[in-house]
Amino acid sequence: MQLNCPLVSQVLQGFIRDELSKAGFHRVVVGLSGGIDSAVSCFLAARALGPENVLAVMMPYRTSSPESLSDARAVVEALEVKSEIVEITSIVDGYFEAQSQAGSLRRGNAMARARMIVLFDKSMEFNALVLGTSNKTELLLGYGTLFGDMASSINPIGDLYKADIFKLARYLQVPQSILDKKPTADLWAGQSDEDELGFTYAEVDELLHELIDRRVSRRELLERGFKKDFVQLVVNRIRGSQFKRRGPVVCKLSPRSVSHDFHYLRDWGM
Amino acid sequence: MTGKFTVALAQVSPKLGLLRENLQLHLDTIRRAQSEGADLVVFPELSLTGYILQDLVPDVAIDPLNARSLQPLLQVCRDIACVFGFVEVSDRYNYYNAAAYVSEGRIRHVHRKLYLPTYGMFDEMRFFAKGEKLRTVPTPFGPFGLLICEDLWHPSTLYLHVQDGARVVVTLSSSPGRGVRTHEGFQTSQGWETLLKALSQFYTIYNLYANRAGIEDGAYFPGGSMVVNPVGEVIARSQTSGEDLVLAELDLDEIRRARLFTPVLRDERLDLTLRELTRIVRQRSQT
Repeated sequence: MQLNCPLVSQVLQGFIRDELSKAGFHRVVVGLSGGIDSAVSCFLAARALGPENVLAVMMPYRTSSPESLSDARAVVEALEVKSEIVEITSIVDGYFEAQSQAGSLRRGNAMARARMIVLFDKSMEFNALVLGTSNKTELLLGYGTLFGDMASSINPIGDLYKADIFKLARYLQVPQSILDKKPTADLWAGQSDEDELGFTYAEVDELLHELIDRRVSRRELLERGFKKDFVQLVVNRIRGSQFKRRGPVVCKLSPRSVSHDFHYLRDWGM
Repeated sequence: MTGKFTVALAQVSPKLGLLRENLQLHLDTIRRAQSEGADLVVFPELSLTGYILQDLVPDVAIDPLNARSLQPLLQVCRDIACVFGFVEVSDRYNYYNAAAYVSEGRIRHVHRKLYLPTYGMFDEMRFFAKGEKLRTVPTPFGPFGLLICEDLWHPSTLYLHVQDGARVVVTLSSSPGRGVRTHEGFQTSQGWETLLKALSQFYTIYNLYANRAGIEDGAYFPGGSMVVNPVGEVIARSQTSGEDLVLAELDLDEIRRARLFTPVLRDERLDLTLRELTRIVRQRSQT
C-alpha cells in the first residue's frame, strides 16, 4: 500500500487552511498524546498555519506513562508550536470519587472525554478550532471514545490508515522515538492497541483497504488467504461501531427533518 | 473566421451558494483574462454557485432568459466570450446543472448536463433533472461543443459533438480528487488527462478542460485544468492546487493538419454505427 506523501501532505495542509479560514479561523488546538496520530496532525497544522497558530495541549492523567509526555514535548520542541499542560487527574478522579464500581473501560472513556472538554474549552480561549487525531483504521473499527478522542471540528487524518500515518510521519520527520514505539491509547498502564484489538495494524490495514476502499468480496478475500474468522471479526467490529460514525438518531415527524432530509454542507455559504 | 484565438481557463474556487460573491469573481476574472489577451474564458462546472449544493439548488437557480442578476456578466462579455456554469430552472420547475456560452453580451447557448453522477460521493440525480439534448453552438471560432464533467466520461457525447461539426469541445468540471496511492498525483486527475489526450487525438479536436479549485466539506478540487491540441498534446496546464488562470493560443490550422495525418473522422461510418446501435437497442428491448 503505497502513499504519495508529498501530495497528501500538500492536500491536507490546504484542507486545514481552507476549512479553517472559511469558518472564520486561522488557529487550531490539538491534543498531543505523545503518539503518532496526534503528532502527524500537529505537524500538518504547524506547516499549514505556522507554529504560532497551533496550540498543542498535553493532558496527562496520574497513571499516564511519563514517556507519553516526553514524546509529546519532543513534538512541541521540533515544531516550536505553542503548548500547555493541563492535568486531567482532578477532573476524572473528582467524578469517580462517587463511582467506586467503575472499571478501567469507564475510566478510560472518562479520560478521553475530560480531554475533549479541555480541548473545546481551550479552543474558545485560543479562538481556534479543535483539530482531530482519529485515523481511518480507528474510525472503521470504532476504536475510540465517542464524544471523546473522536470529537473534533476538522480531522486531517481521518482518511488515512494507521500504516499511512507511519509513512506520512516519516515524511514529515516526526521524532524517531514516536515512530519507534508501539501504538497505545495509554488509558491504563501497559495498554497496547494491538494486544487489545487482537490483531496487528499491518494485518487489519491490509484487510480494510481491500474491504472498504477496493470493495473486494468476502470470497475473493478468502481466496487471497485472509482467515475467515479474522475477516468476520473485523466486519463485525465495523458494523457494531457504525453508531460512533453517525450523529444521534432523530425520529422523523415533519416533512423536513434535521437528520433525515435537510441536506446542506457545513461549508454552506462559506 | 479567424484561424487563431486565445482561450483562458479560469480555475476558480466559488463560494458555496453565494451567487453575488461568485458573480463578482466572474466579472473580475473575465476582465483579467481580457486584459491578458483572451478571446474566450472558460469557467468550471457550477462556477456561479459552487458544486455540492444539495438543498440549495432551488435557492440559487436562474432562468437565463429572465435573469436580471446576470446582466453585469453579460455586459462584460461584449468583446470577449465566456462559458460559465450555473443552475438553470425551467418553466416546468426542473433544475438543471447547466453551462452557458455568452458572447456579444448575450447568452447564445445553454447545455444541460446529460449524465448526472449518482454513485459513490455523488448524488446529482437527487437534486437535478437530466438534459435531453446535445447541440453544438456556432461561434466566431467555428462550432463548439459544451460538456459538463461526467458527460465526457460517456465518449458518445464527444462523438456526437464532433460528428455535428465541433472542432473545439469545452468541458466544465468540478471533479474532486480521489486516490493518493500512486506517484503521479490524484488517480482521478490522471484519469482526466488520459481521457482528454486520447479523445483529442482520436477526434482531432481541441479539448478545453476547466476544473475548479478549493474545497467543499473536505472534498478537495485539485484543478489541473488543461488545453489539449488535436494531436493529443497538453499545450497549457494550470496548477494542481488553488486558483489559477492559464492562457493558450488555439490554431484551427492545427486541426486541418492533424486530420491530414489521421483522417479517422473522414472515414467514420455513421451509417454502420447507427445500424448496429439500432440493432443493439432492439435486442436489449427484447430481453
